[in-house]
Amino acid sequence: MSAPDWSEAAHAALARAGVGLLAHVPDAGLARLIERCTSDPAIRVVGLADEREGPALLAGAWLGGLKGVLACQSSGIGNLVNMLAVAAVGRFPLVLIVTMRGEWGEENPWQVPMGQAVPAVLEAMGVRLFSLERAEETGAVLDGALGLAFGSEERVAVLGRQRLLGVKRFVAFGAGR
Amino acid sequence: MSDGLDRRELVARLVARRGAALLLAGLGSPAWDLAAAGDHPRHFYLWGGMGGAFAMGLGLALARPERRVVVLAGDGEALMGLSSLATIAAQKAANLALLVLDNAAYGETGGQPTATAAGVDLAGMAASAGFPATLRLDRAERIEDAVDVLLGAPGPILVQARVDRRPQPLVLPPKDAVLLKLRLRAALGLLSVDP
Repeated sequence: MSAPDWSEAAHAALARAGVGLLAHVPDAGLARLIERCTSDPAIRVVGLADEREGPALLAGAWLGGLKGVLACQSSGIGNLVNMLAVAAVGRFPLVLIVTMRGEWGEENPWQVPMGQAVPAVLEAMGVRLFSLERAEETGAVLDGALGLAFGSEERVAVLGRQRLLGVKRFVAFGAGR
Repeated sequence: MSDGLDRRELVARLVARRGAALLLAGLGSPAWDLAAAGDHPRHFYLWGGMGGAFAMGLGLALARPERRVVVLAGDGEALMGLSSLATIAAQKAANLALLVLDNAAYGETGGQPTATAAGVDLAGMAASAGFPATLRLDRAERIEDAVDVLLGAPGPILVQARVDRRPQPLVLPPKDAVLLKLRLRAALGLLSVDP
């Protein structure tokens, strides 16, 4: 991971927005955010088996008055596309925190097709995109995205760019996701 | 195939005793069944998002731990949402119950067989995931016992009810998800105005 860490500022923004639920399928770039949320007694952390569960889970939580976000890797966006319809048709607030692969110096070609397609896929489903490229902007970008989602009942995604997160290096081919 | 329970009777008997429970129906026949039992602000119906009903129920159950949440789902919906059995078991959602109305067929698309027609045991899968209570329901005289479990036993629970394939009158619930959302949130006291 790159030296400047964005996770602390991201967690602080979630707390400011009153988020009480972090659903995730883990990614190396999300590890510290997941840790921070796990140690926060005000945030319920739910590990999902499949990203597809996320939008439905968050819609159910919103029905019951609980604000949640979904954090996943860019590959996971491909898994959940149809579930974005649930959020769209119900005008459920939806916040995706997406750690990008397949864009900046990627060494695993299997990550490239989905990673490159994420912005177009999300835009096609009506999700508003925020790009997070510098750690020092994290608080402002997250505040903006969370404010739009919960204030105007919109679907938003914060794309944590690979340049921010760092390139995953493969010592032996086949390691990791 | 006419083996199995009358799905409308089963759902009506659940609804008659649900009290303050929140009921969420997955797409297709379970949504029509719940509408046929009588629409209510504490019902939510999915007209899409196949495979998401269990996860949506988990979200609602986590948000309202003081309430019973019952998800009604077809076997096709359940099979598409199998990953959520693991997620729900890991969360130990004690107030969540899943009722699978299993007719072993994709009822909305021509009656093609689902995997349960080949004997796939959804209750067994939930049990091995760690659900503390699961049961298979195939006799009408056990319906009240199954409703007891769905509404009262510590969860998460999965009841796999074998239902017949007789055609039922189409009873459609509201399809405006914003309306369904707002009226449920209002029923839970989350809105300052009544939609």
